[in-house]
Amino acid sequence: MIALDAVHVTAWSPDPAGGADRVVTLLHPLSLRLDEPRVAVIGANGSGKSTLARLLNGLVLPSSGRVTVDGLDTARDGAAVRRLVGFVFTDPDAQIVMPTPVEDVALSLRRTHPDARERAQAARAVLARFGLAARADQPVHSLSGGQRQLLALAAVLATEPRVLVLDEPTTLLDLAWRAVVDDLVAGLEQQVVEVTHDLDAAGHADRVLVVDEGRVVHDGAPDEAVRHYRTLMAARASRVRDGSPS
Amino acid sequence: MTPTPDGPEATGRPLRAPWSGPLGLYRPGTSPVHRAPGGAKLVALLVVTTLGVVLQGVPSALVLLALVLLAYAVARVPLRGSAGGLTATLLGIGVLAVFRWWSDGPAGAIELTADLLAAVLLAALVTATTRSDVLLDTLARAARPLRHVGLAPEQVSLAIALMLRTVPVLVVSTVESRDAARARGLGRDPRAVVVPAAVRMVGHAHRVGEALAARGLGEPDGPTPPRAADSHPLRSGA
Ligand SMILES: Nc1ncnc2c1ncn2[C@@H]1O[C@H](COP(=O)(O)OP(=O)(O)O)[C@@H](O)[C@H]1O
Ligand SMILES: [Mg+2]
Repeated sequence: MIALDAVHVTAWSPDPAGGADRVVTLLHPLSLRLDEPRVAVIGANGSGKSTLARLLNGLVLPSSGRVTVDGLDTARDGAAVRRLVGFVFTDPDAQIVMPTPVEDVALSLRRTHPDARERAQAARAVLARFGLAARADQPVHSLSGGQRQLLALAAVLATEPRVLVLDEPTTLLDLAWRAVVDDLVAGLEQQVVEVTHDLDAAGHADRVLVVDEGRVVHDGAPDEAVRHYRTLMAARASRVRDGSPS
Repeated sequence: MTPTPDGPEATGRPLRAPWSGPLGLYRPGTSPVHRAPGGAKLVALLVVTTLGVVLQGVPSALVLLALVLLAYAVARVPLRGSAGGLTATLLGIGVLAVFRWWSDGPAGAIELTADLLAAVLLAALVTATTRSDVLLDTLARAARPLRHVGLAPEQVSLAIALMLRTVPVLVVSTVESRDAARARGLGRDPRAVVVPAAVRMVGHAHRVGEALAARGLGEPDGPTPPRAADSHPLRSGA
């Protein structure tokens, strides 16, 4: 179970007027318990979704308050938390470390498969499950964006995390690949927390958080949350059109 | 689910990814160099580099370089592709050679050039003919004694392997920063090249760190050591 207790995230930000750096709030104090199998996070660009997602595996640490996963504190037991919580970025190139798919998945398997031969076999088996068997030995850059995102997913899932956090995993993909990735994520046995701009995908979640200007402004069933978000965005669009953007 | 192959491979000359240089890309093969144990290749790299430093004089340097070129021929890894990926490194060696010529004369310049070329080309050949998996295993085994001083061999080997793989990124970011500087008419200002290249390299290191953290890799077991109370409100965990 993921728990946020009075979590507050701030950052130094340069003063545009050239003065001293100011402290800005990225996420206002927030307490949450997430135990639904599928949680979606939606919100405008720059609203704080990624900050919230990154808190869950310690890529961002709270300035005050605590984030725990199964009782492990992300600040104190960061390495252990990251072993429990896998993270998928929007851009697969941010995720893939090795030059070929088989090597990249094998890297994930080093802890669980000390024997090199078994490890290579296991890596190929993982790639086969993701429809990438034929690509196992090709240079990663020869894969399409969708194939690379599948590889990124495969490499993270190969470490057998208990929770998977995805930060807009389909934003860079075309509709066909989006469907492939959505289906794959839907079939996972892990708890999934997914930041998404895809309101259809959010509609399938058990719980949807709407983030706006560093606050969770709505938290509930998908239909109502999506409606809330649409109203919010429509209001903002009309303010922008009237020349007074927030 | 059967993803369609829609990569760029169908069209004429394939685009080369910026990091697919010889140090970044494994070239499958069955040559004796490919089949040689990873440890032997790393030892060879160590020996050639050390000999280059220790042995004085032009003949020994040329012999070392000849041996490396011979290894390329045996491995059937095209030197042209390798040299292309190492353009910036070769330019750097050229600059050093000119400097050495000015300080020590032509013999010194030739010796330096041959020694550096031998080391760089051999490093490229080792990574091009050794799977990173094997490289990691070999390095981890070599790093095992470090356990006694409190370093985890797996972490050390990962760091070294990633460092080897980072060389092309380093090279590419320098070349691209130089091009960008030229495009802005700042080609002669070293700051216009060095600063962006350094920023990109730090960015790359940070990205690799996050990529590993996303999979829970590259961190020692056990609790995170307590951090000093920091004055900065955003404590980046990566
Ligand atoms: N390290 C940081 N320092 C300063 N500001 C940051 C930092 N990280 C994010 N921000 C700012 O915080 C806000 C929320 O960012 P983010 O969580 O990435 O939003 P989202 O993912 O919803 O687009 C943005 O305005 C962003 O510019
Ligand atoms: Mg984001």
